[in-house]
Amino acid sequence: MTTFTNVPKQVEALLEQCSGTISRRKFLESSGLLVVSVGAAAVAGPFAPSANAQAPGPYPDPNFLQLDSWIVIHQDNTATFYVGKTDCGQGTGTAFRQMMSDELDIAYDKTTCIMGRTDITVDQGGSGGSDAIQTDGWPMRRVAAEARRVLLGMASTRFGVPLDQLAVSEGVIAVKADPSRRVTYGELVGGRRFNVTLTGNDINATTGAATVKAVQELRIVGQSPQRYDIPAKVDGSLKWAVDVKVPGMVHARNVKPPVAGAKLVSIDESSVRAIPGFIKVVSKGNYVAVVCEREEQAVKAARQLKVNWQKPATPSFPASEDLYSYMRSATPTSRQGPNVVGNPDAALASAAKVVEAEYDVPFQGHTAFAPAHAMADPSNGQMTIYSNDMKSYGMRSGVAQFLGMPRDQVRVVWMEGPQGYGRTAADDAGFEAAFLAKEIGRPVRVQWMRHEETGWDSKGPAFTFKIRGGLDARGNLIALDYTAQAADYCHLGYNEAETVLIAQLMGTRRATPDAGSAGTPSNMYDIPNKRTATAVVSLPLVWETPLRTGNLRDPNGPQITFAAESFIDEMAAAANADPVEFRMRLLTAGTAEDSGFKRARSIAVLEAAAEAFGWEPRPSPKPLDTGTILTGRGIAYTFRSQTVVAEIAEVEVNRLSGHVWVKRLVCAHDCGLVINPEGLRRTVEGGMLHSLSRALHEEVRFDTEKTTGVDWISHPSLRHADTPARIDVVLVNGDPNPNRPDLPHYGAGETVCRPLIAAVANAIYDATGVRLRRVPFRDVRVLAALKAARV
Amino acid sequence: MSIITLKVNGGTHTLDIDPSTPLLYILRNDVGVQGPHFGCGLGQCGACTVIINGAAVRSCITPCSAVRGEITTLEGLAKDGTLHPVQRAWIEEQVPQCGFCQNGQIMNAKVLLDRNPNPTDAQIREGMAGALCRCMTYYRVQAAIKRAAVSLAAGGPVSDKGGLA
Repeated sequence: MTTFTNVPKQVEALLEQCSGTISRRKFLESSGLLVVSVGAAAVAGPFAPSANAQAPGPYPDPNFLQLDSWIVIHQDNTATFYVGKTDCGQGTGTAFRQMMSDELDIAYDKTTCIMGRTDITVDQGGSGGSDAIQTDGWPMRRVAAEARRVLLGMASTRFGVPLDQLAVSEGVIAVKADPSRRVTYGELVGGRRFNVTLTGNDINATTGAATVKAVQELRIVGQSPQRYDIPAKVDGSLKWAVDVKVPGMVHARNVKPPVAGAKLVSIDESSVRAIPGFIKVVSKGNYVAVVCEREEQAVKAARQLKVNWQKPATPSFPASEDLYSYMRSATPTSRQGPNVVGNPDAALASAAKVVEAEYDVPFQGHTAFAPAHAMADPSNGQMTIYSNDMKSYGMRSGVAQFLGMPRDQVRVVWMEGPQGYGRTAADDAGFEAAFLAKEIGRPVRVQWMRHEETGWDSKGPAFTFKIRGGLDARGNLIALDYTAQAADYCHLGYNEAETVLIAQLMGTRRATPDAGSAGTPSNMYDIPNKRTATAVVSLPLVWETPLRTGNLRDPNGPQITFAAESFIDEMAAAANADPVEFRMRLLTAGTAEDSGFKRARSIAVLEAAAEAFGWEPRPSPKPLDTGTILTGRGIAYTFRSQTVVAEIAEVEVNRLSGHVWVKRLVCAHDCGLVINPEGLRRTVEGGMLHSLSRALHEEVRFDTEKTTGVDWISHPSLRHADTPARIDVVLVNGDPNPNRPDLPHYGAGETVCRPLIAAVANAIYDATGVRLRRVPFRDVRVLAALKAARV
Repeated sequence: MSIITLKVNGGTHTLDIDPSTPLLYILRNDVGVQGPHFGCGLGQCGACTVIINGAAVRSCITPCSAVRGEITTLEGLAKDGTLHPVQRAWIEEQVPQCGFCQNGQIMNAKVLLDRNPNPTDAQIREGMAGALCRCMTYYRVQAAIKRAAVSLAAGGPVSDKGGLA
């Protein structure tokens, strides 16, 4: 055992705070359950010895088939929920507590929730895909319902009365006929195990014997308790992953290759040896890092280290201004489709009017607000990583594989961090910290610098589209021919050991890179003749590239929906039809339903958005305004999984500067059963504005050897001045039977990112008559388009 | 290395450090405050904002030897256990998403309202221009600033009362 005991006091304090009034160790002692040496598999979840932050390891997986792994009832009649998700800032932790409190029948404020810590929370995969409520919420509800059932059984035995003669409310069970005979959950099981085994082939199927409540019986779901995590984020008391410090900890900074694909030739360590606190230069393959006692020393050493690199002989990629022509002429690495409905060629040939358009979307970065970071502690021959990784479970497996350690010896303690909306699904810093900690034999904190993060984070894939559509003589859309190409290769997304950047730089690679995918539009339009085909193309450099592709908040949705919903708008204009009415015609043309009633719900969100906006039917564009400021409105709609949204943007376009201000946004949103309406509103607002940033500002720029956007000046983002004056979020429940007892809760978070860019483009067209088919709509590009059209 | 004395949130810290070190690192690693965050190290995003002599200062580009005056960090806004009206408005409005940037939002809003207790929409946008948020909570930040302005107007200047009862 090293002297560097893993005792991050603030982490322990935080866990104590989350876990109730007494420390986990004291709790275990008082409950008589603190067993010093037990078989690793014998003790599940939060009751395992490793529940204590000081536990020396190993760290076996909590058993999801044990109720004790999910829920602990304390003697003071409070409950702690242990779930395998992470909260990216959308308040999912609060929502989990609402759902589980409701099923358990305990007051919300008597509960806490611990998330994403691989040694004490079951593996639900962490965050991703907006599935937290839609998928993972179900086992959470079911295990909470099971705990309630078990507690009622205990009370029945205690009072000697049948179950149906008991009433339960807020953690207290009473005999209906004699309410003075009552017992709390804490009195029944507080500090002890349930010892109840659950069933289920996988964690999503986990269930007990109890059934969940009918929607009509839910009391806490549907309310808007304030998010429990916000006060500590506002008063400065929250301990973030960046705040973890342990005795003996040292600081590391990376030295990235100056250009993509450069090979390390030599390092002149003497260039930094004189820096006070210098410990070591660590390098393997093309990965280079410096380690120093203090943070500022590591920053200085990374800047000062002399490294001799050899540039690649050929360009790594086309320059960003040549990207789309490169993509259009490249030979695809994979194709999907064509999928054909009807006879699109014949329909296009017979159409009264045919429209053809091409759209381009650049690479867009995650550009997290703060750079990648992690702290890894190698004490006791184990590896503990303190990280904001959204997929902490994936990182645990990935690091174990990367370092050649048994999985049980690695744990990841998820803590809050700056969100990158997919960035930490390829969490380089956690792997780097663990590698360096193992090399140095001391706890190592790694943090990237801004230029590394903006330059080298994973990128949302670039897209090109070509779409043709045909109208009949009455202006009906009778044919659509859609092709999409994505620049996607070596796609990252799940913390696989061979895909993170440090592994790539070290030469650890998969035999075949993950090819990625393009995708087709998500809508319920009924178009009788349709062809969709997609292809994926690769840039010359696949590995060790700053243009690594990954999952950026709804990976391909914003790109696809920009093209698809811009084109529908173009067809509406060609038909001289109102854009809402044109879409409504396409939605009502069909009758086929799906299990989620997406057609009915699509119609409902379009209607709700139009009504909330005060949409007056007329074709686009509107007659050109005479002043400097041109105003217009645009709509777009889509779905993602089962969540359906329609968004309307109202814009002001400055004719002289090309500047676009989105003055107002409306979103009609249907994600089924809403857990926390106020939390959802803010998630919708943030998601729409994230896509607004992608619509107006964001584009990864590069020359043929490196990215040239490396900070917030060279890679701009949405700012306060861009904020709409008004945002209306309308929560719709368009289910044909909105009062059904089993109304599902679908995912929110990413769907709203999809239609926003198209809504803005359509509004700009409405205002100016100029169709922008390439993202982003920066002032200079808008102005050029206006001038070209003599607006 | 040289001996430098920093006054932070009412406390005094004397440290033997490289005087060119950015204040942010010293605050976070030696003084032990964690409100100011590293976002860019370039003074572009506002994450590291502290208040010195009534001004919002980017601690990531301020050498610690250049500091003159008392430093207030996010932890120092609350007085006697009572949150500053700006902080309370932030909770009431439920502003943060991930929350990592909110130090910059709150500290810049505090300085804005100290200087202009009743800012217009345009003044809020201009005054907050340096505070970046990648969760794009701007709409709620601006609403919270207006909420705080109302609260402050009802309770008098912050600097005198240090928050409303």
